[in-house]
Amino acid sequence: MDNLTLEQDQATSEGPFAVFGTSAGRVDGRGLVTGAPVYTVDYEMPGMLHARILRSPHPHARVLLVDPAQALALKGVHKVLWWKDLPQVPHTTSGVPHPEPAPYDTCALNSTVRYKGEPVALIAAESEALADQALKLVRVEYEVLPAVFEISEAVKPGAPQLHTQVEIIPGFKTIYDPAHNIAAHGEYEFGDVEAAFSAADLVIERHYETPTMCHCALEPHASLAFLDAYDRLNVVTSTQVPFHVRRQLARALDLPLRRIRITKPRVGGGFGGKQEMVLEPLAAALALATRRPVRLVLPRNEEFSASRVRHAASITMRAGITRDGKITALEMRASTNTGAYASHADTVAHAIGHKTLGLYRAQAYRYIGDAVYTNRPVAGAFRGYGATQGYFALESFIDELAWQIKLDPLEFRRRNHTEKGGFDPMDYHPGLNGLEPGRSITSCALPECLEQGAKLIGWGVPRPVDKGPVKRGLGMAICMQGSGVAKMELGGATLKLNDDGSFNLLTGATDIGQGSDTVLSQIAAEVLGISLENIILASADTDLTVMDYGAYASSTTYITGMGVKRAAEDARRQILAVAAEMCETDPASLSIKQNEIWGPFGKTGLTVSDVAIETLYGRHRTQIVGKGDATSKESPPPFYAQFVEVAVDTETGLVQLLRSVNVLDLGRAVNPALASGQVEGAVTMGFGYALTEELRFDDQGTVRNAGFVDYKVFSPLDMPEMQTVLVEDPDPTGPFGLKSAGEVGINGPAPAIANAIFNATGLRLRSLPMTPGKVLEGLENLTGPAPDAPA
Amino acid sequence: MIEMNLEVNGREENWQVEPGETLLEALRRYHFKGPKLVCGTGDCCACTVVVGTKSVCSCCLPALKADGQKVVTVEGLAEEGVLHPLQAAFIETAASQCGFCTPGFLMRSYSFLKNRNPAVLPTEVEVRKALAGNICRCTGYVKPVEAVLKTARVMQEKAREQNG
Repeated sequence: MDNLTLEQDQATSEGPFAVFGTSAGRVDGRGLVTGAPVYTVDYEMPGMLHARILRSPHPHARVLLVDPAQALALKGVHKVLWWKDLPQVPHTTSGVPHPEPAPYDTCALNSTVRYKGEPVALIAAESEALADQALKLVRVEYEVLPAVFEISEAVKPGAPQLHTQVEIIPGFKTIYDPAHNIAAHGEYEFGDVEAAFSAADLVIERHYETPTMCHCALEPHASLAFLDAYDRLNVVTSTQVPFHVRRQLARALDLPLRRIRITKPRVGGGFGGKQEMVLEPLAAALALATRRPVRLVLPRNEEFSASRVRHAASITMRAGITRDGKITALEMRASTNTGAYASHADTVAHAIGHKTLGLYRAQAYRYIGDAVYTNRPVAGAFRGYGATQGYFALESFIDELAWQIKLDPLEFRRRNHTEKGGFDPMDYHPGLNGLEPGRSITSCALPECLEQGAKLIGWGVPRPVDKGPVKRGLGMAICMQGSGVAKMELGGATLKLNDDGSFNLLTGATDIGQGSDTVLSQIAAEVLGISLENIILASADTDLTVMDYGAYASSTTYITGMGVKRAAEDARRQILAVAAEMCETDPASLSIKQNEIWGPFGKTGLTVSDVAIETLYGRHRTQIVGKGDATSKESPPPFYAQFVEVAVDTETGLVQLLRSVNVLDLGRAVNPALASGQVEGAVTMGFGYALTEELRFDDQGTVRNAGFVDYKVFSPLDMPEMQTVLVEDPDPTGPFGLKSAGEVGINGPAPAIANAIFNATGLRLRSLPMTPGKVLEGLENLTGPAPDAPA
Repeated sequence: MIEMNLEVNGREENWQVEPGETLLEALRRYHFKGPKLVCGTGDCCACTVVVGTKSVCSCCLPALKADGQKVVTVEGLAEEGVLHPLQAAFIETAASQCGFCTPGFLMRSYSFLKNRNPAVLPTEVEVRKALAGNICRCTGYVKPVEAVLKTARVMQEKAREQNG
């Protein structure tokens, strides 16, 4: 951001505010509570066909032949497609900007399938039931290949090799080491690591494991593809990244980008699972082949077993600390299971270290990360994006370090956590003169978060000893995330003035439930001085709205919010220029409040609508359109403190959550109710990650728990008493001082609960989820008494 | 195809359904898109509708079981465009995020509140128990529970006014 725009941003960021900072109800609230047909699965078109996917029963096989004759003989079955019918253009499905840091290792349908459940053939029929029937009639010849499922096995010499090296395209990533199934690798050092370890009194090493997790967005992946009157391919789809999907779909099906229109209707939750092209090329291929509208909706069991998952990770932490509680060196080595295709492998493998270690001040840091191909379902983006795995390891480890030197874990964190000023040591990039700093810590209210959280949970308050089999304990963790990725984002909007003083706000941003339609409308209304009802929003249509990278990396409110603010400032400037002519005065003396134009002595008598009429029908005859976009030099981290109280039943191993205190430093809240909702939801997902959620496989790579009965997400009855606190400490770079809120909360629960279990029982669990079985087994092997209560 | 007659949201309907068709499938085929298919096994309650006096998972109920019955879906909560207090409370408390589970939460809560004495407010635990089968992946349940409690207070007030 140059100085000029920074000044402008600050000049309009002073309160008091009329719309910003209020918990205005969602602009889309009415549709949601009346059951309006707004999701992709609700869309129907005349002549629409229904599609199903024939999936591989083998974890690794060549598809030699697909014989559709019997299926096609069924009345009402229109088309069966397999890999020979589709363009074989390698691409990536990860919804990130061009050039994607991901090897192009997949095609729309692959001639070699690499996980059990990978699409082999596509069927379009008059109904879903018919398509299901046809699935059973398609004959496929496979050449079965040996498969490998675990990271440790896949990297061994002689293990089945999943991919050969991809074509080298300048600017794009290749597979790091195809012979050893290593999809991606990152190494990073800051400072003199060996010297920093030498300076320590103690060097400690611990190992942590995290499971495969499912997004479980309630809306399944769904795409409706059709050719319009201009023979253009339209895809209405449940995506977080419409513009990335348009680019990748063009490549995957070898179509000109101009022929594709992606529309995002209401999306029923994403959490990263829809930051990915999953169904679009399949529905589109069938629509192109049949010239009929085709809707493809994933059944729930396929959501679990064949969409996308969070990378399972294996993480080793090593640190040097001094006796007085200072960290000298911090090292992390992580291996992730990326499954059959790389997708987000490279970026997640990096993020595990890069989004975490900089939370603490040390003399030196080292991070080594690998992503390994296996014959498992594809791992992709998932709320937290690697940081969630990283923080389970880091924040459990920090607790272990504190206990090692008999220091209160809260005090240990206070002495070592990062603070405002300086750069994130894990965010230096190769530049012309060696490493150049990436993001800076432009604001940090962690001390206040810790103080408020500690007070609410009663940290350090003497507690009665539990005499029975149920032991209670307190635990905590801190974490940060980003607000977009520094220097990597683009988002924006246009604002068109209508006769009545209302504006069409057209933004590429993607509301997936987080509420961006509402907060972006609030930002526009605030800057324009108009009421919220005068903003008419349309979002994420690649034909109509400006480019936006989409809903991921906690970026929308920060980046697109900045773009919307600039668009609104642009429109306001144009309105005031016309108003100044109408009043024969200086535009600098005018402002807009409550839809009216105000001068130095109060109301001018003009409304925004009067200006609109003047421009549209008066002497000016012009259409006022404000335009703004934004990228970011920074990615100010939101900081977060998690406190929990648990009760561990030492006879059954059951861990019950009693209380959760969630304290977030988000700069400023555009809409406090939506912001606290983000925290509550993220934390609840974190509870599941900590205690119950794990996608399990048998030794042939078959998913064992593809449903809500066996894959347990938290229900209303599992919830602890929850308190969420928003700490407002405006960030100098954010629009109105705001930072992100969507992801950071998911990182807190797993380590905080692990730390609380330790506090309650002396048992240190280093593997998620912390099931009753693991607790009981751990307690049986436990030697020595439980630790003293903290502080 | 089998013919059946039922009342949906106060209107008589004459449907042709397949023998194995679920109520959810039939409702959606007849353009009631509010109830959502999420799990198809009765494990998430996103498809909840009220049949007679009871809330049910319409993904597990054969459509023919609703023959001759009165069915209320989320589309039937508002009256002539005026939102039911429950719907208003869901908006006011930001209890919907992605909204996909919302029809199920609303119908389960609607049935829960309708089948109790409005003069006696439910406790938070009672509300959580009533919603125990409803899965939401976005909100952490804090705000949906708050919305139901808020509605109970509004309904209590209304009942008081009606009783003078």
